[in-house]
Amino acid sequence: MPRMSKGLPIRQKIPNVEKVILVSSGKGGVGKSTVSTNLALSLRNLGLKTGLLDADLFGPSIPKLMNLAGEPRITETGKLIPLVNYGIQTMSMGYLISEENAVVWRGLMVMKALQQLLFEVQWEDLDILVIDMPPGTGDTQLTISQQVKVDGSVIVSTPQDIALLDAVKGITMFNKVNIPILGLVQNMSFFLCPNCNHESHVFGTDGVLREASKHNLEVLGSIPLNEKICTQSDIGKPVAISDPQLAPFYASIAEKVRAKLF
Amino acid sequence: MIVVPKPNPSLTAPEPEHCPGPESENAGKEESCAGCANQSICSSQIPKGPDPDVDFINDRLSNITHKILVLSGKGGVGKSTFSSILSWALAADEDLEVGVMDLDICGPSLPKMLGSELESVHSSNSGWSPVYVTENLGMMSVGFMLPDQDSAVIWRGAKKNGLIKQFLKDVNWGKLDYLIVDTPPGTSDEHLSVTTYMKESGIDGALIVTTPQEVALLDVRKEIDFCKKANIKILGIVENMSGFICPGCKNEFQIFKPTTGGGKALADELGLPFLGSVPLDPRIGKSADNGESFLDLYPDSPASTAILDVVDALRDSVEGS
Repeated sequence: MPRMSKGLPIRQKIPNVEKVILVSSGKGGVGKSTVSTNLALSLRNLGLKTGLLDADLFGPSIPKLMNLAGEPRITETGKLIPLVNYGIQTMSMGYLISEENAVVWRGLMVMKALQQLLFEVQWEDLDILVIDMPPGTGDTQLTISQQVKVDGSVIVSTPQDIALLDAVKGITMFNKVNIPILGLVQNMSFFLCPNCNHESHVFGTDGVLREASKHNLEVLGSIPLNEKICTQSDIGKPVAISDPQLAPFYASIAEKVRAKLF
Repeated sequence: MIVVPKPNPSLTAPEPEHCPGPESENAGKEESCAGCANQSICSSQIPKGPDPDVDFINDRLSNITHKILVLSGKGGVGKSTFSSILSWALAADEDLEVGVMDLDICGPSLPKMLGSELESVHSSNSGWSPVYVTENLGMMSVGFMLPDQDSAVIWRGAKKNGLIKQFLKDVNWGKLDYLIVDTPPGTSDEHLSVTTYMKESGIDGALIVTTPQEVALLDVRKEIDFCKKANIKILGIVENMSGFICPGCKNEFQIFKPTTGGGKALADELGLPFLGSVPLDPRIGKSADNGESFLDLYPDSPASTAILDVVDALRDSVEGS
């Protein structure tokens, strides 16, 4: 691993990948994986060769969301071959361990495994790689920000203050490590009753919009709570490719991301 | 950047950016230690025999009757929200002394949820004082040590372990009936450390929180596997965000549909107690944001009834054994 004089690693490009974006939060459970998956599928719908990397070693959700499973094959040079579905190349810790087994690892081992997922995957000529980040601002975030050339990050949050507290820590972290923030996504914005059209702000109102303007960041999209997003995720058929009513929410985010990067 | 009340007396210079922590096993030996003025101090620590700090920790924890971990594996299911409500509920019984320990070092939510954001930790000869939310409810969190709310704690695991040890060793909880330990999502350093350090003094068990959908249950299975590997008794599973009643037409919707049977099916499958389901109520999140007790403000909500049922089941399980 090439190092600078102070002992810190130099950021490297991931082989065969043109642009790298992180979908991050700080807070758990706001929809990073759901947004990552639907965003990746939407970017692919725009004609970009897209990859999706699941950087959550402890709670890898991408296999379920993408309806993929099974041990990846290895190339002659020992690189992992991505699993593909819906036209997207993917890699996840979830393919390497069985579903019930916990990965109970301390930070150093996490770093080693992450390095393999970052640099030893045989991606095929990707225009863009979407990295689904785990919650927090710890080992995974530090390793990726130190070792990978990242072109931008998208921060996902739900509207309530508690989630925003952590999202702002995410903003602080990216600023500290000099990773450009493309914008924020407000997820679970409100629930629109399919029966009576009543708008319920289950997790608060517009918190992300307020926070974005405080930090001079753009809001890339605002996604409502809808049963179908969750049920489609559970069966591995994300709404970006299965629900014409909900797909546009993610498509518009993809368009903005593409415009900012290319 | 973190304002800890007791400065480490032995360090002579600021720590390098990727410092594993002077308390860590790799202190002085990591690559990032090269060139740090403290390296010789850190690396000259006496080689490991049994960790003497464990005795201090056992001492501190010896006056605590029941210790409960709140775990999930999955983020955002309501661990901290449930920990805070559980603490309010227990502390409502004035005969009980309750403590809450926030082990989420990157995303500490409990100070805000318990209305104590602006407090700070005081230290004295007898150790760090918990921040008292009410007379019989004290808490500790890294949130109290940050210079401001936006500050991010960007630490590797080894450094977090040091702080967790200090929470256990240096906080003067006094005599407690209940210590609730809120954890971050995952099965990493924080979880390993807290179970290791508390092993000798004993953990009554873990309360597992989940939401109904399969994507959440996937992570919860892993957490349950962790508990088995770490020999932690599972007191039960709580299913949160279980159904939403539209205030307009009063119909119920499963926003996070239990496509594989939800928490109850998982509990049945694994032979674990199912302590109850709590429905989504927007006022829960709002009370948490405002640092108020949801149970006090909205005792008539179906969610309040559900939560109190879970608390009762939990107390029966813990006190009855």
